Amino acid sequence: MTQSVVVQVGQCGNQIGCCFWDLALREHAAVNQKGIYDDALSSFFRNVDTRVGGDGSSISKGRISSLKARAVLIDMEEGVVNEILQGPLRDVFDSKQLITDISGSGNNWAVGHKVFGSLYREQILEKLRKSAEQCDCLQCFFVIHSMGGGTGSGLGTFLLKVLEDEFPDVYRFVTAVYPSSEDDVITSPYNSMLAMKELNERADCVLPIDNQSLFDIISKIDLVTSGKLGAAVKPKSLVTTNMGTVTKCPKKPFDAMNNIVANLLLSLTSSARFEGSLNMDLNEISMNLVPFPQLHYLVSSLTPLYTLADVNIPPRRLDQMFSDAFSKNHQLIQADPRHSLYLACALIVRGNVQISDLRRNIERLKPALHFVSWNQEGWKTSLCSVPPVGHSHSLLALANNTCVKPTFMELRERFMRLYRKKAHLHHYLQVDGMEECAFAEAVSSLSALIQEYDELDATKSMPVLDVPRLSVAL
Amino acid sequence: MRSTISRLQVIHSLVFSTGPSLWLGMSIVTVQLGQCGNQIGFEVFDALFRDSHCSQGLCSKRENEAYQASCKERFFREEENGVPVARAVLVDMEPKVINQTLSRAARSGRWTYGQHACFCQRQGSGNNWAYGYSVHGPKHEESIMNLIQKEVEKCDSLSGFFIIMSMAGGTGSGLGAFVTQKLQDQYPSSLKMNQIIWPYGTGEVILQNYNSILTLSHLYRSSDALLIHENDAVHKICARRMNIKQISFRDLNQVLAHQLGSVFQPTYSEDGSFHYRRNPLGDLMEHLVPHPEFKMLSVRNIPQMSENSLAYSTFTWAGLLKHLRQMLISSAKMEEGIDWQVQPPSSGLPPLGKMSAHKDPHFNTSIANLVILRGKDVQSANVEGFKDPALYTSWLEPLHAFSTWKTQRAFGKYEKSAALVSNSQLLVKPLDVIVGKAWNMFASKAYVHQYTKFGIEEEDFLDSFTLLEQVVASYGNL
Repeated sequence: MTQSVVVQVGQCGNQIGCCFWDLALREHAAVNQKGIYDDALSSFFRNVDTRVGGDGSSISKGRISSLKARAVLIDMEEGVVNEILQGPLRDVFDSKQLITDISGSGNNWAVGHKVFGSLYREQILEKLRKSAEQCDCLQCFFVIHSMGGGTGSGLGTFLLKVLEDEFPDVYRFVTAVYPSSEDDVITSPYNSMLAMKELNERADCVLPIDNQSLFDIISKIDLVTSGKLGAAVKPKSLVTTNMGTVTKCPKKPFDAMNNIVANLLLSLTSSARFEGSLNMDLNEISMNLVPFPQLHYLVSSLTPLYTLADVNIPPRRLDQMFSDAFSKNHQLIQADPRHSLYLACALIVRGNVQISDLRRNIERLKPALHFVSWNQEGWKTSLCSVPPVGHSHSLLALANNTCVKPTFMELRERFMRLYRKKAHLHHYLQVDGMEECAFAEAVSSLSALIQEYDELDATKSMPVLDVPRLSVAL
Repeated sequence: MRSTISRLQVIHSLVFSTGPSLWLGMSIVTVQLGQCGNQIGFEVFDALFRDSHCSQGLCSKRENEAYQASCKERFFREEENGVPVARAVLVDMEPKVINQTLSRAARSGRWTYGQHACFCQRQGSGNNWAYGYSVHGPKHEESIMNLIQKEVEKCDSLSGFFIIMSMAGGTGSGLGAFVTQKLQDQYPSSLKMNQIIWPYGTGEVILQNYNSILTLSHLYRSSDALLIHENDAVHKICARRMNIKQISFRDLNQVLAHQLGSVFQPTYSEDGSFHYRRNPLGDLMEHLVPHPEFKMLSVRNIPQMSENSLAYSTFTWAGLLKHLRQMLISSAKMEEGIDWQVQPPSSGLPPLGKMSAHKDPHFNTSIANLVILRGKDVQSANVEGFKDPALYTSWLEPLHAFSTWKTQRAFGKYEKSAALVSNSQLLVKPLDVIVGKAWNMFASKAYVHQYTKFGIEEEDFLDSFTLLEQVVASYGNL
């Protein structure tokens, strides 16, 4: 069994991270009835004997003593991290695995990346090495940050370079929150663009998220819970809730949105942590879903968003779950995969679902979807026996699909509007080590990516021709 | 042909060796690889055990005991506390499945796996053949081969190895290919049969076609026979014949285990004798793999229905064999929807080297067939229909192309049952489809970087394609 380390950077990253740890504990508490520290728990948590002084040595087996998150918390402001450390989750975090500053990055990627990067490089390295040493077999770093700010975006992507250099064999999965069009940070296009270049070059897999989509999902849920069916909804099943967690009730409006992202990460790792009839480890995600190194952006969708307290769920409801996964209303970014081109698709199913249910739905949905000519059967599937809390089954779909293109094109558009006028550029250029060519390189990198998606899209309407086979003499 | 002849000499020397278990028979060591291999392996041992301890033997007590003892020697060994231990080595690169498999066996209380029969790592092969073959293989070669050696030492007389693996993933496929090669090096006089699972046509794993062609091409060089099961076919059997509504992998595996059990459980060594065959692996190879270029075998069994439905049906050997023969001829994968229009070429033996002008394109030409009959009145079963020369390719005498194994002892609750192991064109079309898809993907170079990262180059792919195109062509030209 392998372990993963979560590195949460910046305000957004830490808020999402906090929700993640909350829900992770809840999930494991529901599954782990006997209080034994097992392999599943060890993937994200250490078991520490707090009676022994000093470092709190790790206990590898036996009863759960005190669980510590395999996490590194990084923020250049103190507010969010302090709140976490004073909140109900304080004991879950190792107080030595933090890096904070007070001045913040001023929504400036250059400050986050260059200034704080060089200032904190050694400390970052030290904390990462410590986390790695505490793992028997470290498989993956989950990095969480926003794209539009300064710390998450700048320092978060600086971190990627450190990870690539120091831990080249460990996967780098980035959960990146992209700014919506109504983002109030004026320089977010610059920050996002500069960060994109790093994600292009140094991430193994990126799960783009945008706030607008999360918000729309919440609105949809609110409609249901306040409507006729409201009473029938099982409260713990809401993808937005943290009911039953250590934190009693959502304190901030973002919590509901962050819980969705937290559930995404839990489902992503479910088949690696828990048993099932068709397991999927984290390395299989990258292996199957990334046909060419640069095309590693995966659009995700989670269903169901809630469960009705309905004992007998007939297969039709199950099938509805599969249909929803492909609807544009369930995607975590503004994207419509149904009408774009699939390069690959993964279906991570949890709970009481068997292979025949999975196959029936693939057969049913396939005709309406467009897959690239060389990957007509581009499905990667997994069945994990353990459902999420409050559900009898759930589905996470990960699509490597050209529907990400509009997000990137819009980003480039917003960037160019600022850049053409050189607006706010001086804030960046006055940072030591920051050159104007960095901007040009970043645009160039994104444009190359967009072009790849364009070329793939062009093949969509072409007839699928078989490549002539090798002819052999007998 | 030289290798074939020397192989036959080896088999003969094994068959006629004298040893303490002369009458009991030789043992088979099973190597279960990856999630699929381990999940199936459990079902196979369970099916073998439950059948051999089935009370409805429909034969004498003494006969039943001989059957049990033969099965036991072949697949199990005795442990101190009397619980039979499967002659198996379990290998996986991550621990969850092996843990599950071991506990299922222990919970059953009927039989168990050896205490130190497992090799496990922490991180899987990522569905990457190259990772299984080039990284895990060399790294863990010594440990795995040692485990196998220990199990071999516990056999009085080793017939060979039964290696259970899938083609679609990374461990079963890549590490499976590696281990098979090492077995060939280390045990050149023992036989190796690889039980390979072909994935569903519509993806379980996106890399499944690459992994499949790499696996098949490598195994073609190092294995003695490839016994192939297709998930699509087994699924259909579950859906239409077994009436299972929500089909799980466990259901598929149990149908598969039933098919394998009906092949490998004891049968009489020759017509009229009541001694059980000593070396089924050897005999199987001898009958079914006359030429190293043709080693793909498939299994069909009849009746295909759940044990619960048996009470409402009676069978005759004539009926069962008629259906089985037509399944063979028309390439049917199950007992339903058989195309009765397909008939063998009417002009008898086709002219040497040429395809008969009257040959039905849907007709499935065989190289060799083995029919295994179990149950009541088995001596009266008429298998003449399978001896028709028109069924076979021209370069083997029909006399050598067809064999029958029998036992009066029924299999499970099936009063009469038959299995057909066939070396024929049955698998050409599915193989062709896999090669085609893999080739399309390879032409675009998609995912190739995932393989070159671990030492499998484009040239290795091309070698695999070439070998398999030859296999497709050879079988197609029968």
